[in-house]
Amino acid sequence: MDISRYEDHGQFCSGHAACGGCVEALTMRVILNEIGPDAVGVVAPSCTAVILGGYPTSSARIPFIHGLIETAAAMGTGVKRGLAAQGKGDTTVVCFAGDGGTYDIGIQALSSAAERNEDILYVCFDNEGYMNTGGQKSSSTPHGAATGSTPLGKATVKKNLIEIMVAHRIPYIATASPSHLADLAAKVRKARAIRGMKVLIVVIPCLPGWGVADDSAVRVARLAVESGVFPLMEVENGTTWRIASEQTRPIDAYLASQKRYRHLSDGEREALQAEVDAGFARLKALEAINPG
Amino acid sequence: MNRMLNDDLQLLNGNHAVAWGVRLAGPDVAPVYPITPQTPILEKLIAFQAEGKFDCDLITPESEHSAMAAAVAASATGARVFTATSSQGLMLMHELLHYASGARMPIVMFNVNRTPAAPWGFWPDQTDSLSQRDTGWVQLYSEHPQESLDTVVQAFRIAEASELPVMVNHDAFYVSHAVEPVSVPEAKAVRDFLPRRERSLWLDTGLGRSIGAPAGQEAWHASRREMDAAMARVEGLTREAGRLWGEATGRAYDVLEAYRMEGAQQAFVTMGSMAGTAREAVDRLREAGIAAGMVRLRLFRPLPAAALRAALADIPVALVLDRNFSPGMGGIVHQELAAALYGHGGPRLHGFLAGVGGINVPVERLEALAREYRDAAPTHAPIWLE
Repeated sequence: MDISRYEDHGQFCSGHAACGGCVEALTMRVILNEIGPDAVGVVAPSCTAVILGGYPTSSARIPFIHGLIETAAAMGTGVKRGLAAQGKGDTTVVCFAGDGGTYDIGIQALSSAAERNEDILYVCFDNEGYMNTGGQKSSSTPHGAATGSTPLGKATVKKNLIEIMVAHRIPYIATASPSHLADLAAKVRKARAIRGMKVLIVVIPCLPGWGVADDSAVRVARLAVESGVFPLMEVENGTTWRIASEQTRPIDAYLASQKRYRHLSDGEREALQAEVDAGFARLKALEAINPG
Repeated sequence: MNRMLNDDLQLLNGNHAVAWGVRLAGPDVAPVYPITPQTPILEKLIAFQAEGKFDCDLITPESEHSAMAAAVAASATGARVFTATSSQGLMLMHELLHYASGARMPIVMFNVNRTPAAPWGFWPDQTDSLSQRDTGWVQLYSEHPQESLDTVVQAFRIAEASELPVMVNHDAFYVSHAVEPVSVPEAKAVRDFLPRRERSLWLDTGLGRSIGAPAGQEAWHASRREMDAAMARVEGLTREAGRLWGEATGRAYDVLEAYRMEGAQQAFVTMGSMAGTAREAVDRLREAGIAAGMVRLRLFRPLPAAALRAALADIPVALVLDRNFSPGMGGIVHQELAAALYGHGGPRLHGFLAGVGGINVPVERLEALAREYRDAAPTHAPIWLE
């Protein structure tokens, strides 16, 4: 997307509370503009809630209910059903949560909403840890990444939320990246038109949490996509897989762009490369046997 | 028995009476998770829906936590919302109970009072709801199925007028599963009693107003001052609802019930189904020439302190019967009553842990208690009844 020609609909306001250079604000802007004014939001405690702002201000034009950290999907359910009961069933309900509120404490409510195929768009801003509380590991933190609670690097792999959601056979699951904003906008547009549960996972390189330079979050996100660490993909109804990005470079530049991997030995880096290669190959294989 | 039943009377257990009240109140959304001994409420509502008699969106989430989260969010859109639970479920909701009242959501919840684990038990005990005392929910306690039906309808009126959530409670099995003849009011009478009100804050497109956003100290402080002011109106709203319900159905209610308190020299004070036993004990004591009475607390939060003081003003002895237990302190109604009376004189107080865990408290035991404590000096420590 050529940002200089981006047609902004004013659904996300300036003066928000994101860190300077944070790409979560950028993705929120694209998502909220794409969703438009006929929408109600739910936000879990997260960086997103901070960016939306405190009473009496809000950086979003649509109203939000600031829920509890594990309740985004359950509150999304309640908002949707409440609106529908009053004849406003066409209003889009969007949930914003972080990876802590999604992969960890909120996964029970998320699984339940997915099982009921609630008509909500659930967006997880995945910065791979509890970054709003100063940077502790979540179950989304990748193997080897250092956080406040895994100073030597996380010993286990990132939870595979995509496949967990695929197992629920919901209509739409997609990943997106702030490095590919036109793709993000297209996915939001597509999700909005689908009735039922939609889950969108957006990678958000966290400037302080990952140890990323203030001007390079978009670049780091692009490296995540191009190295196959965070592929851009869609799964519809659990059966139609599309892996839209290619693995075009090794992970070295991606790892080097952040402080959370700098403790890794050469051997550990090679092992991570092998993990990423195997993961990408697995996705391509799943795509091949699930063409829709 | 059947001679008692006229057209509007049905034989209903306490939970089915609640479901009838809910059906008549007509909530838009009801997220409910099953738990013994609440489940018959949910099952009856689903049966009503299947018959096409209950036009409500029933949500079946994976936990009580999500049930209350969905209830809060649905209420935030302006919908009328009901849920029901018991014991572990209520306690799992705990953080959301605070949220619901802080966000001023007029949700009505029915809780069936049941022992909390451990050890596991399914017995009548009010510790589950009484330990939610400070969550900002209005709490009412019902004695019998008819009152449960009547109170759940009144609860919607109280909640929507105060913009506070209301929890109505009755005892597991003794009320929830006890079958009694219950008068089911006409739908129109309930509709007239429960007009839809405009909410002062709700989520809607085009409004751009958020709910629950982080607030500074001053705004947070103000939110509690506003809750306090709303709570201060609840006693009057409860009286008004009870009076208007009486006009509509012939069954009026107050925030507390005074039974044979004229000239009483001692009074039992209790809540819930224990009142039935106490009432019988009072009758027998009166027959034996002992001037006993009973005060049954119906509204527990906000505590109608002045009404309690007035009801007990000239009574030398009050025997508080708590079917609940706060370890380290004793019975919760006893503590509350002591606090309400402090500095105002009032009766000598004795607090009894009566029927904790659901054990039977026979009428004879209460009669003996009344005789035993007629002239006793006040006791501060709780007394366990075997």
